[in-house]
Amino acid sequence: MKIVAQKPESLTDAQFHYCPGCTHGIIHRLIAECLDEMNLRESAIGICPVGCAVLAYNYFNCDMLEAAHGRAPAVATGVKRMLPDRCVFTYQGDGDLASIGMGEIVHASARGEKITVIFVNNTLYGMTGGQMAPTTLLGQVTTTSPYGRTAEQAGYPIKIAELLAQNEGSAYISRMAVNSPANIRKTKKSIKKAFQTQIDRKGFSLVEILSTCPTNWGLSPIDALKWLEENMIPYYPLGEFKVKEDMQYG
Amino acid sequence: MTKGSLSFSTERCKACELCICFCPQGILALDTDIINVHGFHPVSVSEPEKCTGCGICALMCPDLVITVKRE
Amino acid sequence: MDKVLMKGNEALAEGAVRAGCRAYFGYPITPSSEIAEYMARKYPKIGGTFLQAESELAAINMVYGAAAAGARVMTASSGPGISLKQEGISFLAEAELPCVIVNISRGGPGLGGIQPAQSDYFQATRGGGHGDYHIMVLAPAGVQEMMDLAIEAFELADKYRIPVMIMAEGTLGQMMEPVVLREQVAEFYNKPWATTGCKNRKPNIINTLHLSPDVLEQRNVHLQNKYINIKLREKRAETYMTEDADIVVVAFGIMARVARKSIMEVRKQGVKVGLIRPITLWPFPDDVVEKVSDTAKIFLSLEISMGQMVEDIKLAVNGRRPVDFYGRIGITPNPEEVSKRLLMLAAEEGLR
Ligand SMILES: Cc1ncc(C[n+]2csc(CCOP(=O)(O)OP(=O)(O)O)c2C)c(N)n1
Ligand code: SF4
Ligand code: SF4
Ligand code: SF4
Repeated sequence: MKIVAQKPESLTDAQFHYCPGCTHGIIHRLIAECLDEMNLRESAIGICPVGCAVLAYNYFNCDMLEAAHGRAPAVATGVKRMLPDRCVFTYQGDGDLASIGMGEIVHASARGEKITVIFVNNTLYGMTGGQMAPTTLLGQVTTTSPYGRTAEQAGYPIKIAELLAQNEGSAYISRMAVNSPANIRKTKKSIKKAFQTQIDRKGFSLVEILSTCPTNWGLSPIDALKWLEENMIPYYPLGEFKVKEDMQYG
Repeated sequence: MTKGSLSFSTERCKACELCICFCPQGILALDTDIINVHGFHPVSVSEPEKCTGCGICALMCPDLVITVKRE
Repeated sequence: MDKVLMKGNEALAEGAVRAGCRAYFGYPITPSSEIAEYMARKYPKIGGTFLQAESELAAINMVYGAAAAGARVMTASSGPGISLKQEGISFLAEAELPCVIVNISRGGPGLGGIQPAQSDYFQATRGGGHGDYHIMVLAPAGVQEMMDLAIEAFELADKYRIPVMIMAEGTLGQMMEPVVLREQVAEFYNKPWATTGCKNRKPNIINTLHLSPDVLEQRNVHLQNKYINIKLREKRAETYMTEDADIVVVAFGIMARVARKSIMEVRKQGVKVGLIRPITLWPFPDDVVEKVSDTAKIFLSLEISMGQMVEDIKLAVNGRRPVDFYGRIGITPNPEEVSKRLLMLAAEEGLR
C-alpha cells in the first residue's frame, strides 16, 4: 500500500484553531508538504503575522517567530541577513500585508530580499471580525462597509501580485487559489517554486493565495469556495506574474 | 480499478463537508451517530470498497483528518 | 595607552563593533546619522550587515529578526524615530530579545528641533511602548563613555536578555575627545533559544502572544522578577563631592559636565555643593540618592527638559528633603546660569 495523503512532518500534531472549512488549513498543509519534500524543515524559520494565522507557530514543526502586525517582512529580513543559508518564510493575511504592512512588503520586494512570502488573500480582516481590507471587492459587504464597498468612499481593491511583480527585486510572484483540487495542486507547485527561488538566491518570492473566510462571508464552506471562484478570480486573475529568467519550471 | 483505504483522525474533523462534496465516488458522509470532542459529527466512509484512493478528500480537507492509502 | 581623537557618535559605533556587533539597521535622522554612516563604511570591510531600512518601524523589526537569529545587533535614531520604534521595543522586551537601541536625543514634542535635549527621559525609563516593561537605559557623559557603554550595553543585553538603550544628547554625539580604544570582546553568550533552524533539536518559538490570562500574568511576573534582579545588581551612578554637600545636584549626560563646572565655581564662594550623576537611568540609582539624602539638605535636578528625572529623585528621597528643579529645552543651561541658580538656592535656604 502506498500512502497518498497523510500529515506532513513539517506540521505538529496540534489541531488548527481555524473555523470549519477555512482554507488557511489547506495552505498550512501545502507549505508543510513543500518543506518536507524539499527537505527544508530543519533549516526553515517561519514568521507568523497578526491575523487569524497568528498561532501558526504552534502548527509548523520548525523554528518560528511571531511578528508585530504587518512587520513580518522586516523581521524576515533581519533573520535572513544573519542566516543567509536558512529558508526564511512569512505567512501573512491581506490586512497584515496589504494594509498596515505595505511599506515593509514593498521594500522587502524592492531589495530583492531572499525570503518567501505566503500571502493569504481572503478579502477581509478575519481575526477582528470581518472588517474591510484593502483587498475587499467593490460592492462587498463587511462590518465596516455595511452597504458594500464603494470606490468613491474607500477606493479600489489592491492587486498585490501585480504590484510587486513590477519590482526589479522580485524574482518569483504568482497568484493561486485553493478552491478546487486542481488549483490546490497548482498552488503547491507554485509554493515550491517560490522556495526554490529563495534557495537559488534569485531574489524575493511571493505566492498570493486566494482563500476563503466562510465565517465572515456568512457562507457555508462549500458556498465560500464558489464565491471565491465567481467573485475573486475575475478581479484577481490567477497565474505567474514574475518569473526571473533562467528559471526552470515544469 | 485501483483500490484505496482511508483512516480518519475523527477528533480533528470539523464537519465542513469539503471532502464530502469533492469525493468523485460520493462515498463520504457525516456520521450523525457520533459527536466528537469539538461537538461535530465527523466524517466517515459509507462504502469503503468503492474508494479509489484518489486522495481528493485529503487534498480538500483543511484539518488533516484523512490519511489515504492506495494499492 | 594610545589615544585617538573621535566624535562621540563614531566612538559609540566603534564600541559596538568591538563588542562584536556585526549588524546595524537604521533610518537616517539628525543628530544620530553618523552612527549609520560609520557602520556603512566599516561593515563591508569586516563582514558585517549594514542595512538602511525604509523606516524606523522596519529597522526595529529587522533588529527583532536579527536578535532572534542570535546576533548582536544595533539601531540608532532620535526623537521622532525613537517614537516610531516603540511598538517594536515593546515586542523585543516581551520576547526578551537582546539588542542595543541608541537615542541621540533631540528636543520634542513633534518634530521639535535638532538641539540637544533630555526630554525623552520618561519615554526611555518608563518603557516607552505598551505594556508593563522596562528596558535598561545608559547615559554616557563623554566620548570615552560612548565607547565603553556601547560595549557594556551589549554585555548587559545578552546577560539579561533585554533591550538596552544608550541615551546621549546630540552634543555628545557631535563632540570630539581623545579616546582609548578598547579590546575586542572575545567571549559571547550562548543563545540556545535563538531561532536558527531546528537541526538536531526541537523547534524554538519566539512569540509575544499569550491569550490565556494565567500565562499572560506569569509572563509579566517573570519580567518583573527579571527587573527586580537588574535593580539589585545594575544601578550605577558617579558621585562628586557629595560627602559634605548641603546642596546635591543630580544630572546626567552632558548636563553633569556643566554641573561639575558650576560646583567648582560655587564651592569657591563657600557653598557646599555636590553631584550625583546617574549612569543607569533605568534602573535609576535611587540607592545612591537615598544614601546622600542622609546628609544633604536639598536636591536640585538639573535637566535639559521641563522636569522629568526630578520625579525619580523625589521618589528616592521620599519626602525627606526638598527637591528643586532647573531645566531648559532647546538650550543647554550653561555653567554661569547653573551657578547663579545654585547661589540663589543657597541664599533661599540660608546655606551661605
Ligand atoms: C498595530 C495593530 N493594529 C491592529 C491590530 C488588530 N488586528 C489584529 S488582526 C487584524 C487584521 C488581520 O486581518 P488579515 O491580515 O486580513 O488576516 P486574517 O485574519 O483575515 O487571516 C487587525 C486589524 C493589531 N493586532 N495590531
Ligand atoms: S475568521 Fe475567517 S479567516 Fe479566520 S479562521 Fe475563521 S474562517 Fe478562517
Ligand atoms: S480517496 Fe478519493 S474516492 Fe476515496 S474517499 Fe477520498 S476522494 Fe473519495
Ligand atoms: S474536509 Fe476534513 S474537516 Fe471537513 S468534513 Fe471532511 S474530514 Fe471533516
